[in-house]
Amino acid sequence: MKSIKSFFKRYWGVLRRPSVHYSLGALTLGGFIAGIIFWGGFNTALEATNTEAFCISCHEMEDNVYMEIKDTIHYSNRSGVRATCPDCHVPHKWTDKIARKMQASKEVWGTIFGTINTREKFLDKRRELAEHEWARLKANDSLECRNCHDFGFMDFTRQGKRASEFHSTALANGEATCIDCHKGIAHKLPDMRGVPGW
Amino acid sequence: MKFRLLPLTLLAVFGLAIAAETNYPLDAPAPDGRRPGGTITQEFTPPKLHDEENKDIRRERNYPEQPPTIPHSIRGYHVDKNANKCLSCHSRANSARAQAPMISITHYTDRDHQTLAAVAPRRYFCTQCHVPQHDVKPLVENRFKNIDELLYRETSPSTSGN
Ligand code: HEC
Ligand code: HEC
Ligand code: HEC
Ligand code: HEC
Repeated sequence: MKSIKSFFKRYWGVLRRPSVHYSLGALTLGGFIAGIIFWGGFNTALEATNTEAFCISCHEMEDNVYMEIKDTIHYSNRSGVRATCPDCHVPHKWTDKIARKMQASKEVWGTIFGTINTREKFLDKRRELAEHEWARLKANDSLECRNCHDFGFMDFTRQGKRASEFHSTALANGEATCIDCHKGIAHKLPDMRGVPGW
Repeated sequence: MKFRLLPLTLLAVFGLAIAAETNYPLDAPAPDGRRPGGTITQEFTPPKLHDEENKDIRRERNYPEQPPTIPHSIRGYHVDKNANKCLSCHSRANSARAQAPMISITHYTDRDHQTLAAVAPRRYFCTQCHVPQHDVKPLVENRFKNIDELLYRETSPSTSGN
């Protein structure tokens, strides 16, 4: 116990002692540069986990949801604009992004404990996972959808009759948000019994 | 060891002999008359895909019992064991919110004419009877006359006896 204390005391002494060899300016600059490097590294690591390739590096993601999105308009369409996993599932704002990443550590546990490591287990758990996503999109007013589909720029005259009717009423007056009406646009749906509107 | 390859060689020779047979009907004409020319082995560029009609205007039915065709696009709609997107607008409970026509009472009766509380299983898969339409030239001519046309022909003096 004592030796540990004295050990820290000695290092604290070193840290407190004014620098002999380097000027304050050089130290500040060094700290600044190191900061940039660490921050950059951190952000790069963050960005690397923000790609579809990363998401489908886990077979749980590749064999189920990724296979299903391939049939949908968000994978292949006439304009060639694609939505990837992070586009819909990871917020753009940095603070939100970090919060989501912390949440996502449960996916690492899920992988280790194999919560959805077979198709059967995945299907059994799907309703629960989908409920999480619906709740998240409901709470943020379908922010991720709106990153690409901006209500302000929707041309109702170019939409189908049903689309323009619903968008100019329930969506325009804030009664409903995208996910209320557009569930299952990217993946197959879980058992929908009891979900409002189904 | 030496004879290991013998069966394989024989098989290859035999195969070649069959393939060389000229009147083997690999190149028979295609079975369906809708494809002019061509044989079974030939591949054609498929015709262009068309978008589903999405005008939301109800179409005339050719006879009263005809399942109405779908007047809108149903691209990406799930109808499976877990979910039925059609019913999310056309079910009894949802039709008011969606202002979509409610499925008829027949959809609630099973084959023993028992009326059930929910959609009868035999009516669950909507696209068995209801289909969207495409604005294209029909592949084959259709001479179907609906009942009004027939009645008119029977009763109108100028064309009777025809
Ligand atoms: C380490 C493997 C792994 C990777 C990489 C991975 N996932 Fe997952 N994911 C899982 C597992 C396992 C679960 C199930 C967690 C559970 O059982 O609750 C899951 C669940 C989810 C869910 C449901 C979330 C919830 O709240 O229930 C979403 C959405 C998701 N993943 C999206 C993504 C996206 C987007 C990426 C890429 C940024 C990604 N995943 C990368 C393994 C992974
Ligand atoms: C990366 C951008 C992007 C994101 C994020 C995105 N979409 Fe899309 N969405 C598209 C594109 C591109 C199309 C296809 C446009 C086209 O070619 O017609 C599309 C098409 C659609 C369609 C039309 C389907 C059809 O059959 O016509 C719906 C509905 C839709 N998106 C809903 C959503 C919802 C709900 C979300 C949020 C969960 C979302 N989108 C997120 C880009 C995106
Ligand atoms: C009140 C219900 C409702 C809400 C809320 C809603 N939509 Fe729709 N949307 C519909 C209906 C109904 C259609 C008709 C076609 C269909 O169901 O695929 C449609 C069609 C679309 C289409 C295809 C356009 C077309 O002409 O067919 C896109 C893209 C779309 N919605 C995006 C969105 C986005 C993005 C949001 C959120 C900003 C949103 N919708 C919110 C009901 C809604
Ligand atoms: C266009 C937006 C969009 C894209 C792109 C998208 N998802 Fe989803 N995802 C959703 C929505 C919305 C849900 C909520 C359930 C539903 O409505 O289908 C969901 C649900 C999920 C779930 C929960 C299980 C389930 O099926 O409900 C997982 C896991 C998931 N997504 C992973 C992914 C992965 C991995 C990718 C990339 C291959 C991806 N998603 C791409 C919109 C998207």
